[in-house]
Amino acid sequence: MVRVLPLLVLVALALAFAERLGLGRELTPEELRAYDVTPVVLPDGRGLPEGEGDYATGFEIYAFECASCHGPNGEGAPFDRLVAAEPFSPELPPHRFAIGNYWPYATTLFDYIYRAMPFQEPHRLSADEVYALVAYLLVENGIVPEDFVASRETLPKVRMPARERLRIDPLTRELYPWVELP
Amino acid sequence: MDRRGFLKTLAAALAAGSARVIAVEFDPFPPAPRLGKPLSPVGERSRFEAHVRRYISPNLPSLHTGAAFAPISELDGIIHPGGLHFERDHAGVPEIDPKKWRLVIHGLVERPLIFDLETLMRMPTESRIYFIECAGNGQNGYREPPEPTLTATRSRGLVSGAEWTGVPLRILLEEAGLKPEARWVIAEGADASAWVRSIPIDKALADVLVAFRQNGEALRPENGYPVRLVVPGWEGSIQVKWLRRILISDQPAMSKGETSEYTDVRPDGTVDAFTWVMEPQSIITRPSGGQRIELGFHEIRGLAWSGFGRIARVEVSTDGGRTWQAARLSEPVLDRALTRFTFPWRWDGKETVIQSRAIDEKGNVQPTREEFFRRWARNNRYHYNAIQAWRIRSDGGVENGDPPLAGTRLPPLAAGGCGGEVLDG
Repeated sequence: MVRVLPLLVLVALALAFAERLGLGRELTPEELRAYDVTPVVLPDGRGLPEGEGDYATGFEIYAFECASCHGPNGEGAPFDRLVAAEPFSPELPPHRFAIGNYWPYATTLFDYIYRAMPFQEPHRLSADEVYALVAYLLVENGIVPEDFVASRETLPKVRMPARERLRIDPLTRELYPWVELP
Repeated sequence: MDRRGFLKTLAAALAAGSARVIAVEFDPFPPAPRLGKPLSPVGERSRFEAHVRRYISPNLPSLHTGAAFAPISELDGIIHPGGLHFERDHAGVPEIDPKKWRLVIHGLVERPLIFDLETLMRMPTESRIYFIECAGNGQNGYREPPEPTLTATRSRGLVSGAEWTGVPLRILLEEAGLKPEARWVIAEGADASAWVRSIPIDKALADVLVAFRQNGEALRPENGYPVRLVVPGWEGSIQVKWLRRILISDQPAMSKGETSEYTDVRPDGTVDAFTWVMEPQSIITRPSGGQRIELGFHEIRGLAWSGFGRIARVEVSTDGGRTWQAARLSEPVLDRALTRFTFPWRWDGKETVIQSRAIDEKGNVQPTREEFFRRWARNNRYHYNAIQAWRIRSDGGVENGDPPLAGTRLPPLAAGGCGGEVLDG
């Protein structure tokens, strides 16, 4: 708590001394929803839309939408490898980094596919389709069993192997002691 | 030097090996005999400078994600022209009509707000000269053994300097009114990847700019037109281009760009998140890899910079690292901006290795390769800031002079960060 204090003081000061210019227009909730086409998904699941998807559905969508860039089995080439072939180690060449050995949060998978994939034509897949792809990729990486159903409820609970090795950069810890990893 | 002296030097040089002295040929070079070109509404570079271009690796799987290097081997100065500022895109460069551009601030604020460009440009502004550097800059240094044909551009050209003008983000946050539990600014771009990064609120309130001018003119499209974030001293990928949205949150997003990319591996296999500050760098740009020099006087020139503050000192060695001398820093020496250094030198025609190292005002020293790889794993992809050495061969040719590392061989690297295009051989 003591370490968080300087930040709180800063924020309080910013609030107290802020003299508004009165510029910009306040948004209605409806306008805000219309603007939020690529919701930011947080590791605790906030931002995840309704919907669900499973491995079998994801397998079909993967073959059609993803395999040409990421390989028929997620092995990569020409673009990033998605399915890890081995655990992470400091000797592993970077082109073998993948979801199963390097991605620390399952929620990031949904966030990224929904906002940025497929590369040529993003923001086209439905939430259900993206949940199915996430389920497929998590199963292929050996992180969840084949009957896993990806949804707003299940994704934040998935523990990724890479999360165990992730820490905050020591310099950042020194500069921003209040920063924590979710 | 008289004619006889010159011939003697030339003969000695020819005898010694192959370093050359080329005399300046006489040419009358008269003024133009007729009228030149008329006034022009937009200036173009001289056609004789057309070869000065950003470097793009020939091995990229796509030209829509990757990096174009600023041609620092062929530039001098702390401000880079807009068209030569380095470029890193994750899903192409969107074409944004400034009339359609909007910025939304929402989340943990009193009032979610929307701004158009005209409203943003009415607000109080600041102009600052800063460097922006891709976290993948220097990535070719991860190659082992070092790549002999490396140039200064391919070694450290993912950095550029510019004057950025914009509204301090603090002012926009004050307009929206931060709630007490606000901890993170999550910024989103309007490119096809809707690029997302998280910035701690104290940095956002301190010195982040919402920039709409680059060297006085509108941003170049590939640098975020019409509006980008400038986050002084931090890695380029957090300085979100084509800004469309700011979400105020109590948690970071842990987006792809701050988890599977732009995280750094330590030798023990732990992975560091939030490696934001760019550590001290310097590089000799002249003479540098791929160039050729003649006997006699040369001004060694280069750039130094640090995300921690001003450059305090740059030291140059022209004898393979045995002795180091202070280079002259060329004013202005600015906080988190590129700084030029110069060092007068006479080359005697013998093979040698030249190199520079930067020390910033906080006392951070640019490391050697050995020191760097004690801190970071060999399969790390980012933040390579080790000293770049250049070998001057006896024929005057300049090549990568980095020492190979003792011990184990690095496994072959087929891809790296920034989509792998930075390891471009």
